[in-house]
Amino acid sequence: MSWLDKAASETQITHRHRLWLYVLAGLVMIFLMLPTLIVIPMSFSESQYLEFPPREWSLRWYRNYFGSVSWMQATATSFKAGILTMIVSTTFGTMAAYGLHTSRFRWTGPVVALLLTPIIVPVILVGIGVFYAYVRLGLVNTLTGIVLAHSMLAIPLVVMVVSSALKSFDMNQELVARSLGASRPRAFFLVTLPQIRFSVITGAVLSFLTSFDEVIVALFVSGGPNSTLTRNMFAALRDQIDPTIAAISTLVVLLTSALLALSQLFGKRES
Amino acid sequence: MTGAEPNAVGLRRDAFLERLALFGLGGPAVLLVFVTMVLPVGWLFWLSFLDDSGALSLEHYRRMIEQPSYGRTFRTTFEISVLTTAICVALGYPLAYVLSQLPRRAANLCMIAVMLPFWTSLLVRTYAWLVLLQRRGIVNTWGIKLGLWDEPLTLVNNLNGTLIGMVHIMLPFLVLPVYGSMRAIDRDFLKAAANLGAGPVRAFWQVFLPLSMPGLVAGIIIVFILCLGFYVTPAVLGGGKVTMVANRIATDIEVFFNWGAASALGVVLFALTIALLYVAARLVGLNRVLGGDDP
Repeated sequence: MSWLDKAASETQITHRHRLWLYVLAGLVMIFLMLPTLIVIPMSFSESQYLEFPPREWSLRWYRNYFGSVSWMQATATSFKAGILTMIVSTTFGTMAAYGLHTSRFRWTGPVVALLLTPIIVPVILVGIGVFYAYVRLGLVNTLTGIVLAHSMLAIPLVVMVVSSALKSFDMNQELVARSLGASRPRAFFLVTLPQIRFSVITGAVLSFLTSFDEVIVALFVSGGPNSTLTRNMFAALRDQIDPTIAAISTLVVLLTSALLALSQLFGKRES
Repeated sequence: MTGAEPNAVGLRRDAFLERLALFGLGGPAVLLVFVTMVLPVGWLFWLSFLDDSGALSLEHYRRMIEQPSYGRTFRTTFEISVLTTAICVALGYPLAYVLSQLPRRAANLCMIAVMLPFWTSLLVRTYAWLVLLQRRGIVNTWGIKLGLWDEPLTLVNNLNGTLIGMVHIMLPFLVLPVYGSMRAIDRDFLKAAANLGAGPVRAFWQVFLPLSMPGLVAGIIIVFILCLGFYVTPAVLGGGKVTMVANRIATDIEVFFNWGAASALGVVLFALTIALLYVAARLVGLNRVLGGDDP
């Protein structure tokens, strides 16, 4: 009797009878991974026309990218925006999560709800709203403008991640520290923060990626020398298929994976 | 007692002040969200009720009902969202099912397949599909080579491309809550069903499916809501032929500078989102929809 005729689940169905299910699941998994995986070899193709597998390999599109002033400028803007967003939203978000968790006021619920609204509001509405406000505030096409808007989008993520960490943190530890003479900030930085640091780091990584990947708001409020990478990529996609974007995509995938792997690593060490 | 009384009051006041200070830590975040989101969106809300001369009116909303082009946009948005959600269920439910039956370790490994697109930039994936689905793209070349179809299919710059791209983006949002729900099902129920004479098919429909419903409903609602607001995918993979509400909003601003019309559309989109979230909260609890965690 092969494994195909063995019972596959509690209902005694055999593997043979649901082979189609395995095939379907496999195909769906391939569907999910295909685009990400196929971009990478394509970026090393010599040809102008995207073919797979590439007939000739080259670094042409990477040279194109690194040699282009406008792509480099956009990349710098995206990094600056991402890092500043990460700093602003992680700081503000952690402060808010900690403050709201410890103060236990009656209005905490509505405040948390307010901080989480950016996830619910359709991004296009946020985009044109921010644009409308920025025109009046003179913040269109400025780095400050992008960072403020992106931080707003990232704050809910930080608040959620840090709040859930605080929920499982025993606040009595802080009380102990304070009864031993530590001030509240000292108790927070020496006792609480080290123990919730994985969540704070996760929140920081998520904020960076939120900003780095964000398209719609950037489309409206970034421009000129302060165009983000995503804005330029979007513009390029609309015009023609430029293989340079495959090279950029590959680099973005690598960066994202590295960041996520890094945050996982921190998590392992903590637990 | 007389000495303790003022002391207690003082302590209570100190405690209150400290709580107030802690509460104040939320200030910067609240201020930022208020200034960059609540105010601008509120402003748009107000604008949507003003006509071209600046007087209060329902002009923009009336036009939305009267002009057939708006009707088309809403119909397209609705159709695409329903189709995307349906395809996601058809593909995602079986995948989640298989994953939930695998041993933990193997399931976690397969989860990488689900999480990889989840973590890949939306633009990168949209670009990848644009390339894959071209007339002479990989999908067409391989499809013809394998004899699946004879002529190159038009897979991009139309509804097909938009759907493929959107299903790809939304699939993880469906698989994750469904998988969570399935993992939580007590397998003894299925054993009991089999014991009582139910065949595998009946045990699935009458026991497993109902038990996995909360995750499925949460997944369906989140996917549908997110579909309604799509902008990038229809813009790039639809090749200008697919206009969803968000695309229409952008065009109203970029081309016609018609803030009132764009705002009205935005308000309708937002209202729909809130209404759906409300329904979701009543059905399965808001936490499950937004956080995906099992209560």
